[in-house]
Amino acid sequence: MNISLVMFLVFIAITLGITYWASRRSAGSAAYFAASRQIKGWQNGIAVAGDYMSAASFLGIAGIIAFQGYDGFLFSVGWLVAYLTVLLVIAEPLRNAGKYTMADVLAYRLKPRPVRAMASLSTLTVSTFYMIAQMVGAGALVKLLLGSMVTYNQAVIAVGILMIVYVVFGGMLATTWVQIVKAILLMAGTILLSFLVMAHFHFSFGEFFGAISQVTYHDAKGQQVVKDFLQPGLRYKPPYGPLDLISLGMALIFGTAGLPHILVRFYTVPDAKTARHSVVWAMVLIGSFYIMTTFLGFGAATIVGPDFIKGHGGTNMSAPLLAQALAGNIFFAFISAIAFATILAVVAGLTISATTSFSHDFWTNVIHNGVERRPGEEVLVARISAFVVGAVAIAIAIVLGPTANVAFLVALAFAVAASANLPVIVLSIFWRRFNTAGAVTGLGVGLLASIGLILVSPSLMAIDPPTVVGTARHLIQAKAWFPLENPGILSIPLGFIGAFIGTLISHEPTSQHKFNELLVRSNTGLGAEKATAD
Amino acid sequence: MGNTARNFEVAGPAPVSESAESQSVWDRIASSKEFQDLMATKKVFIVPAFIFFVVYYFALPVLVGYAPQFMATKVIGQVNLAYLFALSQFFVAWLIAGLYVKAANDFDRLAKDILDKNGKGGK
Repeated sequence: MNISLVMFLVFIAITLGITYWASRRSAGSAAYFAASRQIKGWQNGIAVAGDYMSAASFLGIAGIIAFQGYDGFLFSVGWLVAYLTVLLVIAEPLRNAGKYTMADVLAYRLKPRPVRAMASLSTLTVSTFYMIAQMVGAGALVKLLLGSMVTYNQAVIAVGILMIVYVVFGGMLATTWVQIVKAILLMAGTILLSFLVMAHFHFSFGEFFGAISQVTYHDAKGQQVVKDFLQPGLRYKPPYGPLDLISLGMALIFGTAGLPHILVRFYTVPDAKTARHSVVWAMVLIGSFYIMTTFLGFGAATIVGPDFIKGHGGTNMSAPLLAQALAGNIFFAFISAIAFATILAVVAGLTISATTSFSHDFWTNVIHNGVERRPGEEVLVARISAFVVGAVAIAIAIVLGPTANVAFLVALAFAVAASANLPVIVLSIFWRRFNTAGAVTGLGVGLLASIGLILVSPSLMAIDPPTVVGTARHLIQAKAWFPLENPGILSIPLGFIGAFIGTLISHEPTSQHKFNELLVRSNTGLGAEKATAD
Repeated sequence: MGNTARNFEVAGPAPVSESAESQSVWDRIASSKEFQDLMATKKVFIVPAFIFFVVYYFALPVLVGYAPQFMATKVIGQVNLAYLFALSQFFVAWLIAGLYVKAANDFDRLAKDILDKNGKGGK
């Protein structure tokens, strides 16, 4: 039996054990949606890191560095620095003023039904797009790692069913612990891999960076080239490269603090001080991980080489192939199993944030005016919607198929989070004059601007050669109207402008009267949701 | 926990927020000297820290994007300015986070005074 498969099964067994344990703890909304708010700071910090370090980071960034060198490392920087926005601006007020979702903060002083409906729409958009990208990636990855043993469709169905089981039976508690196990495995694998890369270069940074400065490979025309991979500009070339880079930075710095699956994590801890400590824990882990992408990415470029990776599964296989080159098949299996664990944990995190928003914001508060008609209804609705979300994600991933061009969905998720969610959260906490109309137009404009600009960007608009077929082809066969892959530089200002204009054209005295209440509560924790006993 | 029903109001601080009387409680706290101190203390740290990290961070894509030759200057062996500046971002981010946690101890102390004075609030 294949070693990778055995390791996959071990991880699945552990996570199902966690789910069983979590499902036996007492029920109730606060337990299901927020793990009774009893997760410790360091635990939540590890879980935040787990939620954030997706396969896109582990496999994707290692791959981009292996092929495009330094420009790939720029991604790594933005992913950590983004947490300063979370730490300084968002985490504590959110914990103090909210209950289960970001919409709680908006609904605090604005009219609950319109803002919750819009916030829920935006949350579901971000989560679904991000999830589809992960599911397609998971199917393709499991197929690559397990070879002929599993088909793409079987892999997608397996990932989908596992994620449904975690969320339906284990709720936030199980999801948190699955994240913690995965984050620890990911860190262990990355440290081991970095150590082996340095051992390969006899623990000499001089030798390592010497090798990076002359990576040899064949370019698209089949010519052998030698490039300094520490040199900027291999990916982001003029005329639009630098602007795209700045736009990407904006999406990361302002989008991370608007990602619903990260925001819900701050409701699982007892108070704002613990939320703060969990961000710091997350920053230590995330920062260490992304610094080590130096070893993963440049290690793959120098030890394995872009030519070999291209012939053995492509960019996403850089890290597993590096493991194989350094320590053989067992280590390859271990790193592959970690990649699989990473995807499973992230989709579970996305599912719980989507279902929490649907059930708490949309079902209970928009449709039923904030009244739970029967005890346990909110949790029941969440469980049913987790099932539906999982089934829909499986279906879409199967329809798209393994070659679908989905990388842009992650950029889209960040763009929506930065352009729709962040402006309204920030304005509702800091701007007395802000009102319901502003929140609705801000969310709407941010959402439409992000989606619209990505639709006409090079990610979806390009002229493919006839050899590219099916869903791998660009959606619109024409020259892109908007030259950047990341819309943030335009969509974030548009989101803010939408929120300002909406606010200024309407008057809402109640929202201004309740501003002091929100201000005091978000800054002191007076009246904040307490942890509940099990 | 069993008492699910009470979890369904949107926001559940002790004073029911609709009544004018309870609104004035929040207004009184908001205009109190203690609360003004808290907000001022926070602002003194958070505003400069935020501006600094945003400027420091965006200097990286701007320099790398518009002055790639300058950033390719080798500093130590093969290691260039671009890589060192990128690496420095991690340590600067950790430093700001560390300073914030230290400063936040003061915020907590000031907030605790307000909470003590106002009967802890909440449930």
